[in-house]
Amino acid sequence: MNATYEEILPGGAMWSMRIPRAREVRLTAMAAGANVSALLYHAENPLDRLNVPDTLKALHTAKLTRGHVLMSDMGRALASIVDDSLGWHDPLGGHSTRESVAAAFGSRTYQDARNEFFRNARDNFLVELAKSGLGIADIVANVNFFSKVVADEAGRLSFLPGHCPAGATVSLRTEVPTLLVLANCPHPMHPAGGYPRVPVRVGIFPCEPPGPDDACRLFRPECARALALSERDLL
Amino acid sequence: MSTLNYQESERDKAAAVLSHVIPAGDGWIHQIRCGQTLRIVDLEGNQAADTFFFHADDLKERYSAQDTIREQGALYLTTGTRLMSNLCRPMLTITADTCGRHDTIGGACAAESNMVRYALEKRFMHNCRDTFLLQMALSGLPLTKRDLSHNINFFMNVPVTAAGSLKFEDGVSEPGKYVEMRADMNVCCLISNCPQLNNPCNAYNPTPIEVVVWD
Repeated sequence: MNATYEEILPGGAMWSMRIPRAREVRLTAMAAGANVSALLYHAENPLDRLNVPDTLKALHTAKLTRGHVLMSDMGRALASIVDDSLGWHDPLGGHSTRESVAAAFGSRTYQDARNEFFRNARDNFLVELAKSGLGIADIVANVNFFSKVVADEAGRLSFLPGHCPAGATVSLRTEVPTLLVLANCPHPMHPAGGYPRVPVRVGIFPCEPPGPDDACRLFRPECARALALSERDLL
Repeated sequence: MSTLNYQESERDKAAAVLSHVIPAGDGWIHQIRCGQTLRIVDLEGNQAADTFFFHADDLKERYSAQDTIREQGALYLTTGTRLMSNLCRPMLTITADTCGRHDTIGGACAAESNMVRYALEKRFMHNCRDTFLLQMALSGLPLTKRDLSHNINFFMNVPVTAAGSLKFEDGVSEPGKYVEMRADMNVCCLISNCPQLNNPCNAYNPTPIEVVVWD
């Protein structure tokens, strides 16, 4: 199906959009090693926003993949992961800052490098959120699409380089009108070296809202209840 | 389970400047000055203490679970953990811990998350977020739901496996276990003594906790 809308986010880019209910948002890594830090808000009430702990404990998971429902702190399904070629997206590592980027990759300013300067997810979030009247208080725990962070038995965390091949995709279906905010910036645990700059394509497609036998609805009873709470908005 | 990090404190309660028992299901909001030490005592065992910190001089700076676990490179909180803010600055440092492991990725219970996790009919049960919202509203401080992000669950056990699964297990805490932390900046501490009855985080029997502060 042709995308209703398509745009390629260069490495380092920021992006946000208000997306109606029942759209598929497909992210595609145009090269290996992508990371997209993401925040989601209910477009009509941004106080109703992605809650990573609520999502993880409802799904009994510390990773995100197909079938999972990204939940708000008001119990709503904001978006469901309807397709995923990778099997693991990171909900733990947080997002890069000016300081973390400088520590890992060095500093390259706009004056040095024009639009190739080293951007970071925090500054990108602040700019995109400001366009919707939001600010630092609205930056909660984010997810990192295309990245994998594992914990060992003692809880020690490690980032897995090489997790994301070129062409990797993940697709979200919006379950409420959603403000989606993306920062195509390196993962904050990415090993030091060259600043990774991986273009990511965003495509938005029409899709059906979830029916009674939808795979995400049936994934766990918690997913069905979160979808039911989102559907109460339609009463 | 491994690497429980046991560390006793030598502090004498007789020298404390404040001690207060928070009944099950109740809350507490209090300023801890830079250099003061806060102890939270699990008086009867297996009781989750859902806790937030704000920078008292700039309430927009607040505890960040993701920054804390990434900066220490580990999921669980214990002695030596620096509790980091959303500006990635140390807010407090855990200096003693006789429980050995605390959670910060499980979040706090809320009416709505109880509906999702257990049943839509659970809406009307008491929950941590209601306590947080009420404490913030009564405090007179300019704190609202917008300022609530992701908290610490002292005394709670939420193990994660290498395969990426997560579960709420029986607590590893026991009567009298405590965790102690030194404030590295002036902080506003907000605690909900968790009333959750739907999972084992309070052993299905919420009980009081005690907070003790030393200069």
